[in-house]
Amino acid sequence: MSSFSLNTPKLPAIDRRARRQSHKWPIGIVAVVAAIVLLPVATLVVTALGSTGEDWPHLARYVLPQSIVTTLELLVLVALGSGIIGVGCAWLVVAYEFPMRRVFAWALVLPLAVPPYLAAYAFAEFFHYVGPVQSLVRDLFGFERPSDYWFPDIRSTVGAAIVITAVTFPYVYLTARVVFLMQGRNIADVARTLGAGPARVFWRVLLPVARPAIVAGVALVLMETVNDFGAVQHLGVNTMTFAVYSTWLNRGSLEGAAQIAVIMLVLVLVLLTAEQMARRKQRFHAPRGTQINIRPPRKALLGGRALAAMGIALLPILAGFGVPLAIFGRYALNRLNQFGEPALAEAFLTSVAVAVAAAGLAVGAALAILYAARLVRSPMMIFMVRLATVGYALPGTILALGLLLSLARLDNAVDAFARSYMGFSTGLLLTGSAAAVILACAIRFLALAEGAVQAGLEKLPPNLDQAARSLGRSAPASAVSVLLPLLKPAIFTAAILVFVDTVKELSATILLRPFGFNTLATYVYENASRGAVEEGAVAALLIIVTSILPVALLSGPLMRDSGA
Amino acid sequence: MLTKSPTLKAGFAALAMTAAFVPAAAQAEGTVNIYSYRQPFLIEPLLDAFTEKTGIETEVLFLDQGLEDRIAAEGENSPADVILTVDIGRLVNVEEKGVTQSVDNETINANIPAEFRDPEGNWFGLTTRGRVVYASKERVDQDTITYEELADPKWKGKICMRSGQHMYNIALFASMIANLGEEKAEEWMKGLKANLNGKPNGNDRAQAQAIYAGECDLGIGNTYYVGKMMTNDKEPEQKEWAKAIKVLFPNTEDRGTHVNISGMAMAQHAPNQENAIALMEYLSSAEAQAIYAEQNFEYPVLPSAETAELVKSFGDIKPDSLPLAEIAAHRKAASEMVDRVGLDEGPES
Repeated sequence: MSSFSLNTPKLPAIDRRARRQSHKWPIGIVAVVAAIVLLPVATLVVTALGSTGEDWPHLARYVLPQSIVTTLELLVLVALGSGIIGVGCAWLVVAYEFPMRRVFAWALVLPLAVPPYLAAYAFAEFFHYVGPVQSLVRDLFGFERPSDYWFPDIRSTVGAAIVITAVTFPYVYLTARVVFLMQGRNIADVARTLGAGPARVFWRVLLPVARPAIVAGVALVLMETVNDFGAVQHLGVNTMTFAVYSTWLNRGSLEGAAQIAVIMLVLVLVLLTAEQMARRKQRFHAPRGTQINIRPPRKALLGGRALAAMGIALLPILAGFGVPLAIFGRYALNRLNQFGEPALAEAFLTSVAVAVAAAGLAVGAALAILYAARLVRSPMMIFMVRLATVGYALPGTILALGLLLSLARLDNAVDAFARSYMGFSTGLLLTGSAAAVILACAIRFLALAEGAVQAGLEKLPPNLDQAARSLGRSAPASAVSVLLPLLKPAIFTAAILVFVDTVKELSATILLRPFGFNTLATYVYENASRGAVEEGAVAALLIIVTSILPVALLSGPLMRDSGA
Repeated sequence: MLTKSPTLKAGFAALAMTAAFVPAAAQAEGTVNIYSYRQPFLIEPLLDAFTEKTGIETEVLFLDQGLEDRIAAEGENSPADVILTVDIGRLVNVEEKGVTQSVDNETINANIPAEFRDPEGNWFGLTTRGRVVYASKERVDQDTITYEELADPKWKGKICMRSGQHMYNIALFASMIANLGEEKAEEWMKGLKANLNGKPNGNDRAQAQAIYAGECDLGIGNTYYVGKMMTNDKEPEQKEWAKAIKVLFPNTEDRGTHVNISGMAMAQHAPNQENAIALMEYLSSAEAQAIYAEQNFEYPVLPSAETAELVKSFGDIKPDSLPLAEIAAHRKAASEMVDRVGLDEGPES
């Protein structure tokens, strides 16, 4: 029934010539997309190289060692946390039956709606001395002062890891669940008929098969961790991103900041390449059709075990979604009148419009480069695709700054040209309009689109489009008529992921936006008077709510489609 | 899913296009464009009053980082007329980046005392704020303090502060370097680090909250936050935090308390120069200075403007007479010192 091979399938000999002929345009596509995407990164590298090097001794001695260690600690903790929670919950809702399982399967995606900076704020409040948790502890045990008892501090590396894990684990959960549902089912069935129990099937069969998908999910989580500034700043954790900001803003050294950013990129590229190398020999294809409508054997949990399963599934939802919702909900209650402000409605519409545009751009770009890479499977091609997605690991402001420097130069060149040859001024076409914001978000979140599309594309065996091509269709035509329809769920997932992250995006938007341009996220920021985030609670709540709908859509079809 | 509603999709696309190509309201007559590091929320009352008085409309672009980089990148086409910011370091940054122009205006120069503006007219201070010590009313008996004393081992485990890399702390440390010399300042910072209750974190208000909670006895913060907390009707718990602390103005017996400023500058390629001047004159006027004092609890720079009663109740401030440019000059050294000492890592346990 199922066919999966452990080796990269060899293209049939008949296809070789066609393949060679079509070598040029795919490389061209990837090169163009990569060039646009890498514009900000290249600008940064140039900036970094422009340094006189005077900051380097200080950075190398006092800043980098500590911040690299902190960053790595954070990455390891978040990778473990999101991996265990994401995979564990995915397996729980796929393999077991317990009360409200469907609700949990859906709700486990909700934490994606909460931006890390808001989660950090909410957690700090929640676990603060005067917050609900410690108050309860004191009431229970009769403590009166902080010195009477020990309580773990959320404002620490571990705390930051918990916060970031709580809102990013759904990336792993999503990818793992899809694989468990669609990919592993046939294999699981075989293993079960051979006498293996669910646990054994999980450890020996499904986990290895799902590994590429899990690693891809974890990679997204780690890139999001590396780029985070808001959460680590609030929690006082000095990561490399933090060092980028203090070098840039306090020491006035954009060059030094760019150097740290470039080191971060190298670190990320090394991680990604290692991941690529590790799974190069593994490629799993399951022909579509064979796995549909076969219900996986789901073990029913009863009594205490059912309760335990519900508890395990509930905890991450409460942490990543319940706590922020409660904290901001309470502040919002004091400011209900803000909901009626026209500025808020406008910010909402702008957020949606920008997010739709960015999602469209990012998904289009992802499709183009991944299909090109599918046609030409060379190491160089794979590296270029990787390179095109590293923007996600850059802190938003830094990416935006790189984009700003290059786009403004372009704008000014166009303006100078128009002035001297056509007698009028074009002004700042891109950096003076929302185009720069949309482009920045699309570039920033291309990795999300790429990951989701790639996950779908990987499952489609090459013989599908090869068949179409051997019947005389051109490569692009076979892609449109054969692959695109099959990729619909993946494209949908990709678009939603980019949409949601764009709605949450703050730092690039705030640097690049034109006059009078507010998204929900900048509205939160603008209203957060002098560091009092509660003033932005209403908009914060709206960000969360705006993201719930698409996130829910994301969960919905997956369930219907596969009987989860 | 999405493909099922093409109208919706088209609508969104149209919306996106409109948003993308709304022309920047740059050179319109009767407008002044403001690039601001200060939240719109804070300057809105001032700008509304300005528009009412002059008929000149204001456009505000609020950024939290990279304002001067953006103006520099935009070059001659930059729509920026006036730059508003807090922190002397940022004002000097804007000047050094070359995105300001010199303004020599009688009204402004008459309103703003010379110590609060750039001799070349590249930037002007509008308000000042003291970086003071918040002390627990309950657990701290003394009513005077010096910054130097914060390094005294008697406060071990009792001091809370936000990140040493935050611009407000950087300016304070720069003033310590200017006053004590780099070597002594570093000794002092090591002492301060040893006295910290934990890793520096949160904002200034969080330090008051920590004192209220009993986590520390002393915190470092700006004066106006106390006023903001005391009048926060929406989060009445912040009034409790403010009640738990008293404001100690450090070094009143000797050089005075470190103060920082908020200020303004005219952008190099300001397209609406006349309107920009009108705005800058207005912000230095008695009317605007009173709004700053009453609504934001800052100290007005205009000598005739009154400080808010609430702020007066903290006691009299004696500002350190160190020139602001001195502080700005030691900013980089201060930032590097924070790294070297490892202040943000908290005390060694």
